[in-house]
Amino acid sequence: MKLQMASQLAFYALLELAKEPDKQLSVAEIADRYGVSPHHLAKVMHVLGRANLVRSVRGVGGGYQFSGNARRTTLLDVVQLFGDFSEKPKLITANGGREKVEALGEVLKEIDDIARATLGSITLSTMINLIERRRRQSHGRSEARPSVSA
Amino acid sequence: MTEIVSPPAAQSQMRDSIQVRRAVAADLSEVIALDEAVTGIAKAAYWQDVFERYGERRLHERFFLVAEAADERPGERIMGLIIGEIRAWEFGSEPCGWVFAFSVRPQVRLKGVGRRLFAAMSQAFRQAGARTMRTMVARENTLHMSFFRSEGMMAGPYLQLEKSLDENQEDLTF
Repeated sequence: MKLQMASQLAFYALLELAKEPDKQLSVAEIADRYGVSPHHLAKVMHVLGRANLVRSVRGVGGGYQFSGNARRTTLLDVVQLFGDFSEKPKLITANGGREKVEALGEVLKEIDDIARATLGSITLSTMINLIERRRRQSHGRSEARPSVSA
Repeated sequence: MTEIVSPPAAQSQMRDSIQVRRAVAADLSEVIALDEAVTGIAKAAYWQDVFERYGERRLHERFFLVAEAADERPGERIMGLIIGEIRAWEFGSEPCGWVFAFSVRPQVRLKGVGRRLFAAMSQAFRQAGARTMRTMVARENTLHMSFFRSEGMMAGPYLQLEKSLDENQEDLTF
């Protein structure tokens, strides 16, 4: 499944900010962590701000702070801000081939419905916990590896 | 939508007063009432049958658990329930724990009751030898879907398929 770059940037920015809601990060700091263009990220942050998921903090050391509800905001909420999953897919219509179009539409709808249900059931809070669980598992695996003596 | 969130102290207090245990026959009337409050349908015969199968038989692999709040009035103590069993070799799967019923009284949601029930079932499955826990959730049921996701469940390797039997079909000769 493909997501627009803006949706991916929005995920990363929100996950960075939501895991420490009292802290603020600048666009430059977030862009640097992910090796992305600050210019593109700034546009994404503007959209997130209009959706009240982040607020800008002015002044020295200013930046963005998470202002949403991590336990209520789902990944679907985020991707829909950037046009993903906001419309039904358009199919080419075929003359005399209505059944073909309907059958293909049914298959694509099945994929779409599963993707929506998945994204709509994972909150930012659940994603943060998932990341932390992976980090712990990865840490456990690296500790279990035998050390190589020099 | 205004969100109602229990303050941390209330959540902690609820968690401390909850005991998760196996259901007994005396719980049935409250279980039926809880289910009716959630679904709008009273199913006394269904729950009697479920209790007989999952509350009284093959208890080493079947678990009908309830969350009881000791400091509530008698008749209003069952805050939630979870039912599951170890199933082996269906659909080619090695033995795993399946949760097929899960419900928390609406007035006490977001207070940790669901998490306690889920944790108790996870432990029961683990002690029975299962290494995987599964359930099935309707796509539109975002409440259950979000809860199970928050407890670390992700999509498994199976896809649920179905077919309507109302379609006109050619006669088949067997």
